[in-house]
Order: sequence, then structure tokens, then C-alpha cells
Amino acid sequence: MQANMVLALNNAIELCMNENNSMVLLGEDIGIDGGVFRVTDGLLQKFGEKRVIDTPLAESSIIGTSIGMALGGLHPVPEIQFAGFSYLAFSQAVTHAARYRSRTRSKMYLPMIIRMPVGGGVKTLELHSESPEAMYSNAQGLIVVEPSTPYDAKGLFIKASRMKDPVVFLEPTKLYRLFKQEVPDDMYEVEIGKARTANEGDDFSIITYGTMVNVVQSVIEKRKLSADVIDLRTINPLDEDTIIESAKKTGKVLIVQEAPLSFGVGAEVAARIAEKAMYELDAPILRLGAPSLPYPFPGYENYYVPNEKKISAYIDRLLSM
Amino acid sequence: MINDVFKADIKYMQVMDESGNIDGELFPKELTDNMLIEIYRQMNFARSVDAKVLSLQRQGRAATYAPLLGQEATQIGSAYAMRKDDFFVPNFRQHGVYLARKFPLDLFFLYWRGFEEGNAIPVGFNGTPVTVPVSTQLPHAAGLAYSYKYKGLSSTVVTYVGDGGTSEGDFAESLNFSGVFKLPLIFIIENNQWAISESRKKQTAAGTLAQKAIAAGIDSIQVDGNDAIAVYKATKDAIEKSASGPMVIECITYRMTMHTTSDDPSKYRDQSEVDAWKRRDPIIRLSLYLRSKGLWNDDNESEMHNAHAKQIDDAVAKAETFKPNPKSIFENVFEFTPNILKDEEQEGISNNFWQ
Repeated sequence: MQANMVLALNNAIELCMNENNSMVLLGEDIGIDGGVFRVTDGLLQKFGEKRVIDTPLAESSIIGTSIGMALGGLHPVPEIQFAGFSYLAFSQAVTHAARYRSRTRSKMYLPMIIRMPVGGGVKTLELHSESPEAMYSNAQGLIVVEPSTPYDAKGLFIKASRMKDPVVFLEPTKLYRLFKQEVPDDMYEVEIGKARTANEGDDFSIITYGTMVNVVQSVIEKRKLSADVIDLRTINPLDEDTIIESAKKTGKVLIVQEAPLSFGVGAEVAARIAEKAMYELDAPILRLGAPSLPYPFPGYENYYVPNEKKISAYIDRLLSM
Repeated sequence: MINDVFKADIKYMQVMDESGNIDGELFPKELTDNMLIEIYRQMNFARSVDAKVLSLQRQGRAATYAPLLGQEATQIGSAYAMRKDDFFVPNFRQHGVYLARKFPLDLFFLYWRGFEEGNAIPVGFNGTPVTVPVSTQLPHAAGLAYSYKYKGLSSTVVTYVGDGGTSEGDFAESLNFSGVFKLPLIFIIENNQWAISESRKKQTAAGTLAQKAIAAGIDSIQVDGNDAIAVYKATKDAIEKSASGPMVIECITYRMTMHTTSDDPSKYRDQSEVDAWKRRDPIIRLSLYLRSKGLWNDDNESEMHNAHAKQIDDAVAKAETFKPNPKSIFENVFEFTPNILKDEEQEGISNNFWQ
């Protein structure tokens, strides 16, 4: 089928709920409304109120209750309406979801998928455009994924639904309806912990993920450049092998993220390349991200989110070194 | 016009007073002499184990510990009312509940020695590990209760929270959630009057903690938390009607000693207050009752303490044979071990960094 990311996810969730009677969805407006982005549209009608739960407006208890459900043998899929609201539930994610397996030495573990829209570029209100992937990855104990295509969104969700640990599933708002692609009707898995080589080339490597993948691809295509484009897909655990291999192959690396630059995923990737491939590089590792400030109100969004022009300029700088 | 649209009241229940006198009308008929003796033994066992961990901590043989001294009736009374298939979700001071539900004693000591291997909760024990961040366990209890209801099981979840914990957002959210979905969930508020140095009055302007249930549409009761029979009865009654929804039980008790081994209560409360509560000791009053009925004597008392001491010493000895293996912290973060973690583990092993 031709599907955008919303449809691909809706389809993935439906297939997983058919496969697994223990899977329940819970969140704000996910039932009759189908979620504010319609990712769960129609699922209440198909699976009923017991499995598609409109919860009270209480983010901490959406995640906390999901933890209890997972302990009780269910496979909950909580939705936080926007990632910026997940900070209210951050305590539950970090103090319990990330630690339960470790705390009990695997006697208890938490199969659950915490879904939330992330990222900006769609002119929303404050705290509707956050990129918290580094925070969740820093919790140590949460798998963090962020697809950039409908195909990967469906495959990663299905893979996540078969895992026994909490997966923070970040869905870039901007990509929900940006483009369609051919997505298989059946169930298939996209490996977690494995990056995708979105483009192969020789002159340099761009390591990126989420909303920036398509922007980077566009620059590469327009300028007819020969570059590796690595789409991380999984932020934690990081696919170090693919990153290092590409860095060694091309000798030049640019890391592109939508999130603010300071203390971000790019810093982690850059440090690992510096530790393991330094002598095979012929230029300093460059990082490109949003400025190190809180996500601005929509009036200033275009000054904040990295765009093709900025990426192109960084590529020039990298190639001139 | 102006009308009353809502009215509520909170009841307080005591079955056995400080001198061991019983209110015959409230006394649960099913509570046999042998059951009362068992409750008494469990309360004493909890107190002895508590004293042992405290002593081990002072000798450097245990990590920081939160004693339960004074709260035995609340914990054993409620635990004893639970059925085998019921599930309990503690905070960090419910040692009495663990012990009454037969948690392996050597694992208990191992945990408080500082090893999470002690959290290897046996299948069928039906409880979660110690929860440290205050009240964060309450949504878990709600989720567990939802899962039981979802599966059509008749188990009830019993969770515990302190007086300080009732100020947390997770407390309000969990009450609300369990009320909306009519979950089989019992919240036991162990109101021991102190949240470290903050007295009960600093937590809320509400006259009782039990009344916090009212806004969530949940039934609640306040009981004498140093009266094991009242706590047993309130819990048992709540379990019996839990299929129709949740219940809050506020147990009025007292933390007779420090918050944890790192705390010095003389900084914030008077000894006279502690002395007044000593007269309401939960173990003394049950002892008075049992002795008055000819069910207990000095010989029974010393036999019991000797048996407990041996059981405790054996478990401590077993726990102290445990040898840590760092593999257990590296290989239990996820179902799989990511390469980055494998490298970090291997680095420690091959360089002897941990010797």
C-alpha cells in the first residue's frame, strides 16, 4: 500500500493488536478522536474501550500505569500527546521504566512502547516541538527509536512490539504526512539497534536521523554529491559499527540533528568517532544542530530548525578542510 | 437558590484499645485465636528483623535502611488480610508486609546489604521490589489492578504510601485513575506522622488524609493503625468489595524511630512525643489481649524470640556468603546486551579495574 507515516503506524498498531491480545493502548484523546494526529484512528471501534483507553489528563500516571500493566502481563502502548508533555512523566520513565529489569536482575521486565510526536517545523504552540531523544537515551535502560520513513515506522513498531523492554518511540510530527511510500501490507520487522544507510557515496559521511534525513538527502541529490547518509533510526543503543565503518571509509564526517547542539546525540556520535576512527579522518568532525536555546515560538522557527542552506554550507566547510 | 450538592464524612475505626480491650461488635468473627497468635508472631518477627538490619547497618554490614519500628500493626494486619493471589506494591518501609508474605529472609538481608540480587522475587510471591521515589509506585499499582481486571482475575492489589506521599502528584493521579476505571485496588496510607522532619501538619490543610479519596469518588476510612485487628478488618472488608472499586484506608500510626539510618529525629521532634506513642505500642496491646485470654505466656514469648533469633541468624549467614559478580549489572539492562555495554564490561574485566 501507499502510506504516509500516520497510516503506516496505524496499520502497524492494528496488526500488532491482532497478533497480541495483551496489547492495550492508552493516552489522551486516542479513542474516539483517534489521537490528535489520528495515528490511532478507528482502533477504538475495532478493539473496544478495554484495549483503547482514553485516560484522564495525567501524563505521569499514563506512563506509571503502563508500567504496572506491563508488570501485570499486558503489553501497553502509552501515547504522550506531545513530547513536551512527557516531562511530566519523565520521572516514571527514568526512575522505573528504565530500571525495572536491572533492579530485579531480569526477574521483572517491562514490555511497553511509549509513543510520542517529536520535533518542530509545523508552527505549533510552545512545548509542541521538542526533541528529547538525548534525554531519554541518557536515562540508560530505555531503547529510543526515531523513524524517518513510513516503511521504517511500521517495521520498527512491529519489532518494538516483540521486544520485552521499554521502547521510547519518537514520531517526527513533520514527517507524519510529509510523503508517502510503498509499505508492505503484511507484518515485517526493522531491526532495532541498526542504522540504515540511506545513501552510499565516497567523499564524506553525514550521520543524521528523524526529520533531518530527508533534508540532508535533498541537498545531496540537488548538488549531486557522493556521500554516505546514515539514518540512525535507533538512537539508543547506538549502531556504533555502521557509524565507525562509514567514518573510516570516507574520512570526513558531518553530524546533523534537529535538536539543539549542546549535549546532544551528535556529541555522543562525534566522541565515538573521535575515539575509534581519529587516525582515519582527514578533517575535524563537524556537528550541525539547532542553536543551544529553548525551542522558539513559531514566529522564529525558521531561524532555529536546521535547513538545506545551513546543511549545504556545513558540507562546503567540511569539504574545504 | 443554593443547595448542598455533595456531602461526605470520614469514619474512624478502632477494634482493640491500648489496654487490649476489644469492641465485640466490630471484632471479625473469622479471626480465630490461632490467627491472632500468628499475627502477634509476625509482628514480633518484623520487629526483630528490623532491629537486626539496624544493628548490621551500624556495623557496616548493611546499606542505608528505613526502619519500620512502631508500624507493625499496620503492615502485618493488612498483609494478613490479603489472599495469596492478591498483589502488593510497597514503598520502601513495608518490610513487615514482605515478611508476613514469606519473602525469603536471606534475600531480604541481601537486598539491604546493597545487592539487588535480593530482588529476585520468587514466582508467586505477588509483590514488587522496594520503590524509593515517594508515591511513584502508586500508578504501578493502578496498572497492575487494570491488568487483573482486564484478564478477568479476582485478585486485588494492595499498595502502600506514607503521609508525605499523599502530597505527591502520583498519589492524586492514581486515586483518580483507579476511581475512573473502578479498579480492584486498595491504598493503605501509613500515616506515621512524619515525612523525615516534616510533620503531618506540613503536608496538607486537610483534616484527614482519608478524605483525599473523596474527590476521586473513592470510599475511604481511617483506622487506628496500631490496632492490628482494626487494620486487618478494614483491609479484609475492602478486599471483599474490591470488585466494585478502589478503597483508601488511612492507618494512624507512628514512626517510633529515625526515618533512615542517616537521620537524627532529635533535631526535629521531642522525646515526649515519642514516649506518648510508646504507650500505644501495637505489639504491647495485642500481647495484653492474648495474655488476658490465656493464649500467651512468658514461656511462649521466650520460645518465640529464640526461634526468631535462630531464623534470622541463619538467613544473615546465608546472605553474607553472597559474592558479587559485575556481570549481573551489565547484563540485565535489556533482554540483550548492546555492544557498547559489552565493551565497557570487557574493559573492566580485562584490565582488572574492579580489583
